[in-house]
Amino acid sequence: MTAEPLPEHPDFLWRTPEPRSSYDVVIVGAGGHGLATAYYLARNHGITRVAVLEKGWLAGGNMARNTTIIRSNYLWDESAAIYEHALKLWERLPEELDYDFLFSQRGVLNLAHTLQDVREGVRRVGANRLNGVDAEWLEPDEVAKVCPILNVSPRTRYPVLGATFQPRAGIAKHDHVAWALARRADMLGVDLIQGCEVTGFLKDGDRVVGVETNLGRIHAGRVGLAAAGHSSVLAERAGLRLPVQSHPLQALVSELHEPVHPTVVMSNHVHVYVSQAHKGELVMGAGVDAYNGYGQRGSFHVIERQMAAAVELFPVFARAHVLRTWGGIVDVTPDASPIIGATPVENLYVNCGWGTGGFKATPAAGWTFAHTLATGEPHPLNAPFALERFTTGALIDEHGAAAVAH
Amino acid sequence: MLLITCPWCGPRDETEYHYGGQAHVPYPERPADLTDEQWAAYVFYRDNPKGPFAERWMHGTGCRRWFNVLRDTATHEVLASYRLDEPRPGGNR
Repeated sequence: MTAEPLPEHPDFLWRTPEPRSSYDVVIVGAGGHGLATAYYLARNHGITRVAVLEKGWLAGGNMARNTTIIRSNYLWDESAAIYEHALKLWERLPEELDYDFLFSQRGVLNLAHTLQDVREGVRRVGANRLNGVDAEWLEPDEVAKVCPILNVSPRTRYPVLGATFQPRAGIAKHDHVAWALARRADMLGVDLIQGCEVTGFLKDGDRVVGVETNLGRIHAGRVGLAAAGHSSVLAERAGLRLPVQSHPLQALVSELHEPVHPTVVMSNHVHVYVSQAHKGELVMGAGVDAYNGYGQRGSFHVIERQMAAAVELFPVFARAHVLRTWGGIVDVTPDASPIIGATPVENLYVNCGWGTGGFKATPAAGWTFAHTLATGEPHPLNAPFALERFTTGALIDEHGAAAVAH
Repeated sequence: MLLITCPWCGPRDETEYHYGGQAHVPYPERPADLTDEQWAAYVFYRDNPKGPFAERWMHGTGCRRWFNVLRDTATHEVLASYRLDEPRPGGNR
């Protein structure tokens, strides 16, 4: 007896077209950033002859593997401007995309455990306010009011000495964000092509004129790379070297619990960040593994340390079980800030180097990268994030200052 | 978790070591003559291969000496470890 074949999964949200022979813009990588770029190319610039090429499946890379935190409490003016632009876009996107992706502005606490943490936090609150970013400094008793399950006792190894608080920060359902952007981009005429790996670049002299793929050659007016951890592997095929290093970044979730954790808590010093997803899992992350790697898994001791920190901060989680751990590959730059803009290869543009913080920037990365791909010029928000800064020395050094250590 | 062989102490757990990035990056021979682009390349640009990568590790909780490891960044397989005065196994890069 042979079983009936299962019915095909319906393509509710987007078409699955064959690639055309040429497009105005080809974007490599159908993660959040690639999809947002395609969406804003169509919406803001009326450019709809666009293909987004994805070697795997749509939003199956880091977009499926992050801890979904959205915030804009960055230290430097350039970072505050682009992440705050992203946060403002997040606030209107569910309505604009007509898709409820569970954006929840439950706030973020960045804990201070040392005198230097306190000084850094107070400084960052001041910097945030000067940049129009909502920020408050909270003493330990005020921290406990925002997050009652947090252990603010002075008798822990690293007591909570205070925290910065950004009330407008929050979380969103990452998969739904991708699907919402993909659906709208598709409706506006963008071709989303999965299972399409870019294996090389078509060049006319020093100029990129298209890409070679496993589905054949595709010509393009401009090519934009949005491939996160694999950006340098891809760029190398175009003869371009990027100042990024790829590292594994791990995250994990617990089994489901009643809603007990009302906000997002991050700690640089003991290095863990914890929020509770809508369904009830505790979502946790830590820093990257030190070594370069593309294996989409990291080392157990990193998980062990973040769990130890989490249990110290949240004694209530002591008997929670880990349900699942996973790893993504992040591309880290020397100054922990992204690269968005032109490259020495004509018609080839990059959006990369977001390190551990790409998800929160998704709409602004798309907005500015679309502007750059449409006009050939940087948007004022991404101009400081050009590749040239590593030659001029105009770095945007967010290591440590970014409220999370890479 | 990586199992890394220190050339002096033998195989030890990854947690005993400190990572030092790409190996075989020599300080410029005539630093005063470098252009901004060449300085940028020396300071900020490193190889980032998906595959074999020669990198530096330091045995922090052991002999505290630096050495080199050839490791596949896609599979995490440690292909070789060798002293700083030894060439990269399988050809210089």
